[in-house]
Amino acid sequence: MSSATAIRRTLIKGLMVGVAMFGFGFALVPLYDIICEIAGVNGKTNTVAYTGTAEVDESREVRVIFMSVNGGAMPWHFRPEVTEMVVKPGQVYNTAYYAENLTGRDLVAQAVPSVSPGYAASHMNKIECFCFEQQPLAGGQDTRMPLQFMVDPDLPKSVRAITLNYTLFDITERVMRESASR
Amino acid sequence: MRVWYLLLALMAPNAMAAWEVNMRQGVTEISHAVYDLHMTIFWVCVAIGVVVFGVMFYSIYHHRKSRGAVSDDFHESTKLEIVWTAIPFAILVVMAIPATQVLVQMYDASDSDIDIKVMGYQWKWSYEYLGQDLGNGENLAYFSNLATPRQEVYNESEKNPNYLLEVDEPLVIPANKKVRFLISANDVIHAFWVPDFAVKKDAIPGFINEAWTNVPEPGIYRGQCAELCGEAHGYMPIVVKVVPEDEYVAWVENKRQQVAAARGITPTVASK
Amino acid sequence: MSAVIDTHGHEDHGPKRGFMRWVTTTNHKDIGAMYLWFSLAMFFVGGLFALIIRSELFQPGLQIVEPEFFNQMTTMHGLIMVFGAVMPAFVGLANWLIPVMIGGPDMALPRLNNWSFWLLPFSFTILLSTMFMEGGGPNYGWTFYAPLSTSYAPPSVTFFIFAMHLMGVSSILGSINIIATIFNMRAPGMTLMKMPMFVWSWLITSYLLVAVIPVLAGVITMMLMDINFGTSFFDAAGGGDPVLFQHVFWFFGHPEVYIMILPAFGIVSHIIPAFARKPLFGYSSMVYATSSIAFLSFIVWAHHMFTVGIPLVGELFFMYATMLIAVPTGVKVFNWITTMFRGSMTFETPMLFALAFVVLFTIGGFSGLMLAIAPADFQYHDTYFVVAHFHYVLVPGAIFAIFAAMYYWLPKMTGNMYPEWLGKLHFWLSFVGMNLTFFPMHFIGLAGMPRRIPDYNMQFADFNMVASVGAFAFGFTQLLFLAIVIITIRGGKKAEAKSWEGAEGLEWSLPSPAPYHTFATPPEVK
Repeated sequence: MSSATAIRRTLIKGLMVGVAMFGFGFALVPLYDIICEIAGVNGKTNTVAYTGTAEVDESREVRVIFMSVNGGAMPWHFRPEVTEMVVKPGQVYNTAYYAENLTGRDLVAQAVPSVSPGYAASHMNKIECFCFEQQPLAGGQDTRMPLQFMVDPDLPKSVRAITLNYTLFDITERVMRESASR
Repeated sequence: MRVWYLLLALMAPNAMAAWEVNMRQGVTEISHAVYDLHMTIFWVCVAIGVVVFGVMFYSIYHHRKSRGAVSDDFHESTKLEIVWTAIPFAILVVMAIPATQVLVQMYDASDSDIDIKVMGYQWKWSYEYLGQDLGNGENLAYFSNLATPRQEVYNESEKNPNYLLEVDEPLVIPANKKVRFLISANDVIHAFWVPDFAVKKDAIPGFINEAWTNVPEPGIYRGQCAELCGEAHGYMPIVVKVVPEDEYVAWVENKRQQVAAARGITPTVASK
Repeated sequence: MSAVIDTHGHEDHGPKRGFMRWVTTTNHKDIGAMYLWFSLAMFFVGGLFALIIRSELFQPGLQIVEPEFFNQMTTMHGLIMVFGAVMPAFVGLANWLIPVMIGGPDMALPRLNNWSFWLLPFSFTILLSTMFMEGGGPNYGWTFYAPLSTSYAPPSVTFFIFAMHLMGVSSILGSINIIATIFNMRAPGMTLMKMPMFVWSWLITSYLLVAVIPVLAGVITMMLMDINFGTSFFDAAGGGDPVLFQHVFWFFGHPEVYIMILPAFGIVSHIIPAFARKPLFGYSSMVYATSSIAFLSFIVWAHHMFTVGIPLVGELFFMYATMLIAVPTGVKVFNWITTMFRGSMTFETPMLFALAFVVLFTIGGFSGLMLAIAPADFQYHDTYFVVAHFHYVLVPGAIFAIFAAMYYWLPKMTGNMYPEWLGKLHFWLSFVGMNLTFFPMHFIGLAGMPRRIPDYNMQFADFNMVASVGAFAFGFTQLLFLAIVIITIRGGKKAEAKSWEGAEGLEWSLPSPAPYHTFATPPEVK
């Protein structure tokens, strides 16, 4: 083998390894999301609407507790309409969260859902949720943000209470930056 | 010089001078289970240590050149290797059983009597009693700040026994009730830790975690933030006041009125 | 592959003179020595930070530093000791010893070797310089959890990321070089299963490094993007997840822990047989045990995160996998002890350090086993019990093994014997100081003192005072080590080619000190 081909082959192999490593680094995030979805790590829930239907399980009742958190320096009032509901798996329920912009400025918020216990997250189906979209709210205004959900009948029997929490973040700056760069 | 310091240390005139060497047993069923687990694994380690170090020090003493020991030449035995792979493995399997049981118990936060939202902030905690309406749809909530004065921290005045473990407004919970903590954070990651309950869970911004406890004995229990969260990480203690149930009901009612009044809300009268 | 052999290697002259010798050298012994000196320098810097921490913790209350600076000290102490002291010391020993142990003339990639060393001083200069920047240096712990290290970090975090990248490049290049050397430079007859244990342990360590340093690079790049380019990998507001950081970090971090201990296993496997005058018991099982530890290190990372709220099934999996590591580690300890059994032992300084290694590392292993029990870990996690645990595996583990190696091979490196009584004095002072520092930390951890706090309640005061006294004793003892190394380089009893009666291996067939170029003609290995 001539030295030029040998060097080229080593170089190509090296570059391939480099690309593979870089690719693996980038693949970590989607990989993590898949693992989260399967294992329910962290109570990460779907951020797309659930479209299926299910048989109503009349035999059991599950407590659903609603919670709200203001992330960072979020200057809004943010709270659930009811703090607790007793639901039957498979049935569709409606509730809402209230938000009020306490400042004089127009702000944009994003609600991030989280479910506890974590492995119940994949069984908490949101049909309609304000967390799917950004929520702009003019200064001093308030709004009622609807939530339509259904607890999956596949929910493990050991789970008798689910907590659904929304953390509200101020993303005004991020939105401004994105629209400015567009 | 060093000896002198040590002596000084031994005679340190602190009121709280404690040479406590073991884990706190705590006050809950879970914390006792954890303590038992801790002691079991500790004694297993001690037993293994005695055997292993026993053999080692036996050879160090008997098989030394100065005692005329002549070295042997054996250097392989598949049988031995299998034996000392299998025995530790068996010990571990036996250890894993009680550990699994306790863990399963710890993870079962269903059927709680009271739900409390615990939020970590840089650098204080806030507690919100879910379902305790102030009158405008919002729940009873308040912050819990470090109460130790600066003078004590900067050694300008004598430190009190609860130095750095005292707050202005403790978390109040009833005895003999299953209390669930729903834990999150506002800014960075914190960790809610009360050693006497064997409860430790990270508070992660944007996500909730849950933990639970059921304390049989009324009393005051102290803990600290257990995840580095910035400058004042060492200055955000947790104090939990456990009271009998009737006292708790009265406290909630009183606190609700007080917080509502302070915020100018007309409080509702009835609460469950 | 013959085409890539460098013709410079055959010149029959000694080193150049002066400063440029060290800048341009491609000689593995020069580079190895530079790594070792660099590591010693960093050991003293990291040690100074540790002493600042221990001074503040001598008594309750704030006396010497403010909490913000205290956090910088704990962070820098960790980073410098892990990446600046322990890792370069092992790479230095690998550089010096692997070619002479396998009968090769030099490292396979000598110029790369030069570059991987010279990246380090720049990396750590940048890292240390962050402490003089506005907002201070890294103050988010050596594990730099997001978002404390991203949205809430001082502006110098970008320099920290750059320094970590340089360090990572250096480690990856160094380990590629070691892998290439072990596979290509062995003397005829030196089959894989005849290789000395130190070479084996480094072969496995190199693979760990090549596998996980890119993961570290990945996670710090994500941090960089979050901080400067508006992504939100670790920011829940943008759909990210702070816990992702911890998973990726510990996927690097746990193998990293073994990167710092496997070469130490290798060293001890040389020293115990040499001073017991008896061959290593169970050579092949040692190789398999080391490989299993390396493999297991990839599937236990979440045991650092038992309290983040992993689902029960995950928690159980990581608990079982972690407990499993005790099995191959136990095999190694049993093999070392059986090597001593019916030997003919003498207790020179390297042997003393190796024996202390076996005992104290095992104690660190025991506390590790306790930490593996997830429910109990809820009480231990992020307390001084953890601090005690990892200092027991790192100080009498990694660092004592490095001292043992230095005393053992110093005669080969310098041609002189070190003064034995000074070596023993260094050992006993280190042994006492180290135990005095770290053993009480078990107690204050169990009593409930969290780690990384600058101030504490009086109930922890007494043992903290003992630990601080021990830390000063241990710290100042290390100046004695520096003195011993300098004394040995400058003179002393001439060392024989085979400096120790029971020493085995190709390096002892060379004269002491080993010539600048060795094994230009490969030796015969039977």
